[in-house]
Amino acid sequence: MGYTLDFSVVWHAMPTLLWGCVGTLALALAGMTLAMMIGVAGVAARDAKAAWLRAFVIGFVEIVRNTPFLVQIFFLFFALPLIGLKLNPTATAIIALGVNGGAYAIEIIRGGVQSIHKGQVEAGYALGLHKGQVFRFIVLKPALRAIYPSLTGQFIMLTLTSSICSAVSAYELTSVAQRIESDTFRSFEVYFSVTFLYLGISWLLMLGFAAISHRFFSYPTR
Amino acid sequence: MTPHFGLPEFGFLLRGLQWTVLLTLVAFAGGCTAGLAIALLRTCGHKGVEWITRIYIGVFQGTPLLLQLFVVYYGLALTGLKLDAFVAVAIGFTVNASAFLGEIWRGAIQAVPRGQTEAAMALGLHYSSRMRDIVLPQAIRISLPATIGYLVQLIKGTSLAAIVGFIELARAGQIVSNQTFQPLLVFGVVGAMYFILCWPLSWWGSRMEARLALASQR
Repeated sequence: MGYTLDFSVVWHAMPTLLWGCVGTLALALAGMTLAMMIGVAGVAARDAKAAWLRAFVIGFVEIVRNTPFLVQIFFLFFALPLIGLKLNPTATAIIALGVNGGAYAIEIIRGGVQSIHKGQVEAGYALGLHKGQVFRFIVLKPALRAIYPSLTGQFIMLTLTSSICSAVSAYELTSVAQRIESDTFRSFEVYFSVTFLYLGISWLLMLGFAAISHRFFSYPTR
Repeated sequence: MTPHFGLPEFGFLLRGLQWTVLLTLVAFAGGCTAGLAIALLRTCGHKGVEWITRIYIGVFQGTPLLLQLFVVYYGLALTGLKLDAFVAVAIGFTVNASAFLGEIWRGAIQAVPRGQTEAAMALGLHYSSRMRDIVLPQAIRISLPATIGYLVQLIKGTSLAAIVGFIELARAGQIVSNQTFQPLLVFGVVGAMYFILCWPLSWWGSRMEARLALASQR
């Protein structure tokens, strides 16, 4: 057994890998944007008058949260062309991430909306705030503050989940790594390094989100 | 001629389901054991040890499960050990589970009121008795919903073993789908099987969470 580790292949491929990181971030960002839209629409539909619409949203959330993302993306990969959406793998991956993240976003946003007590709104009016101010200061900001940690955590989760999109060969870090691996046969070196690239991405995201939270959501001290 | 999705294909998926369940059980059992050790080390009071376990947990929570599997799978191959694919992926899921369960139980141990530990110390109980008889029984109760939640995550996560080539439910689905050219039906059935496995657990977990929340309100 004379295997010697050789990380130089990784070093040579670094520019390609860094572009893969950009691909992963773009994929996650697009997926999260779609997820937020599904989340907001889902929360509205969850309290709709039509019983079938409420049942649909509840069923959607339960099915997505209790099946693996890999099976979801395979299913969509074959189902989307049937409804006339012939998309490339990356677009398919964005939709799959959006659908998956959307189910979690519905639950998170719903929790945020429910956290605003009705008395708060009434107190706002009693203090003479007008409708826009009540929405902005009493409803929106505290609700965002309440769901911000779960939502950003969800974004990081989605970024890590996006590695599974390599299974349909979407453009992102893991599929880039797989291509380098099949060119160089340095499986361990490539995947070991890429794991730490992902760790770097999630730490950067965490720091960024903490900074945003500190800037916008800390309670006024004056 | 291509076979249609019939009883033999369904049987093949069921055998895949068996492997999914077995893989989950092995990884959960291993993860519970190692995770308890991680949780105890993480709360032991020694600064250096706490930092090391914290980094261990952080690395597993900050990287994709798929990449962890790749690293363990190819890393084990490098050591020259001829390991069965099942053993290799089971080890991968076990390490992952140890980090996540370790973090869940760390939180639960710290959620047990400090006075409990102090009272146990005042009674002269040593560390192992304090943990075994006083802190852990309460911590387990607190951690149960999150532990069940992780179990659901684990069941879904084992589908990634398909990507490194181990034939469990998801991989069995891919194979049948390629044979029958009925991907929607096959992946629909596969999804339903995962759902039947996960949904009762999710329901049980959220019900327990609601009951614990009620109990702590009183």
